[in-house]
Amino acid sequence: MKGWFRLKKVVSREEALSHLKEGQTIMIGGFLAVGTPETLVDGIIEKRIGNLTVINNDTAFVDKGTGKLVVNKLIKKFIGSHIGTNPETGKQMNAGEIEVELIPQGTLAERIRSAGVGFGGFLTPTGLGTVVEKGKQKIEIDGKTYLLELPLRAEVALLKAAKADEFGNLIYRRLARNFNPMMAMAADLVIVEADEIVPTGSLDPDEIVTPGIFVDMIVKG
Amino acid sequence: MTAPRELIVKRVARFLQDGDVVNLGIGMPTMVANYLPENVHIVLHSENGFLGLGPTPEPGQADKDVINAGGAPVTILPGGCCFDSATSFGIIRGGHVDVSVLGALEVDEEGNLANWMVPGKLVPGMGGAMDLVAGAKKVIVSMEHTTKKGEPKILKKCTLPLTASHEVDIIVTEMGVMEVTPEGIVLKELAPGVTVEDIQAKTEAKLIIPEVIGSME
Repeated sequence: MKGWFRLKKVVSREEALSHLKEGQTIMIGGFLAVGTPETLVDGIIEKRIGNLTVINNDTAFVDKGTGKLVVNKLIKKFIGSHIGTNPETGKQMNAGEIEVELIPQGTLAERIRSAGVGFGGFLTPTGLGTVVEKGKQKIEIDGKTYLLELPLRAEVALLKAAKADEFGNLIYRRLARNFNPMMAMAADLVIVEADEIVPTGSLDPDEIVTPGIFVDMIVKG
Repeated sequence: MTAPRELIVKRVARFLQDGDVVNLGIGMPTMVANYLPENVHIVLHSENGFLGLGPTPEPGQADKDVINAGGAPVTILPGGCCFDSATSFGIIRGGHVDVSVLGALEVDEEGNLANWMVPGKLVPGMGGAMDLVAGAKKVIVSMEHTTKKGEPKILKKCTLPLTASHEVDIIVTEMGVMEVTPEGIVLKELAPGVTVEDIQAKTEAKLIIPEVIGSME
């Protein structure tokens, strides 16, 4: 193995969790908990790291995914597209214990992607004529109206991969991909929980979905 | 007599054409896939990131990483493929989905749709619905004609927060098939045994009645 690719990013779960702090903004991969790094989420609960702003598509279920963080009251603000599968989120929202910002799912994905790829924002027709357009700039292009949506970043991204090599190149499995590849590019610190960790050079370059340069730490799931 | 839901989904299925890329909402719209006419083969898109959505797996065959947008175990058909959420919604917003079929709390004569929240009662979030309705080439609303209390859901103007404005093309209920046009809602077909007076009585919006009205079956 030559040069930079020799770098091995595999760390202990304890080491990875030591970088998570009270009050951080954390992106977490997953759609209804499929593609969510459960071991890392459980670590946040064990260490009672609270007051978090969590970005995830949904709050999954009371006993799965980011839903567990809601139940443990570790989230101050949730940013996502759906909270309906976890009754606890709605309950805490109505009680004023958690702030919820709802964003159309495609807009959420693209806002995260924008942050990762250096866009200052993007124009989308989604949300026009609805509450989503409130406070947003409207821009007309070729006679069509769009909303200007801005990038969404986080301090930390917690991702789930099926396979990682020691450099951090990632392969996902089935529907566990979802938001993970975009989040890999949109946070200051990117921690991946992988079911399988293999030596660098053993993955087929054509099959790698997320380039390892985005990944800072890998934990065995 | 055909059950109301079956009548609805059977009719919706006949709007689909061979080769269409289709997104079916959770609940009644999901049933549309069971009633495709012979020789009509479609590709189902699932917002959580794949094309080639297949039926519920055999008992014991569920894969924890293969779910539909409602979280239920499903299968991926041979030829199907997985992708990330940005690509999934690029497919939707980019006009690559021919038809989106979804339910509604309210629809109005301008083609506005409300189906994602009831203030003070139900705030699940819009999920992918706003993108789907804004992005799909054709939007078909498939729903029961009235609320459980018998109140109209097809209104002059939606009262609930909108999912999208001016995007609904077709409304299919157990009473009939309606098309949303710039002039208003045109009654295209009636269910067996339903008269123009019957359907208008259960509809707040004034239906436009053409000279010829088809039969829904």
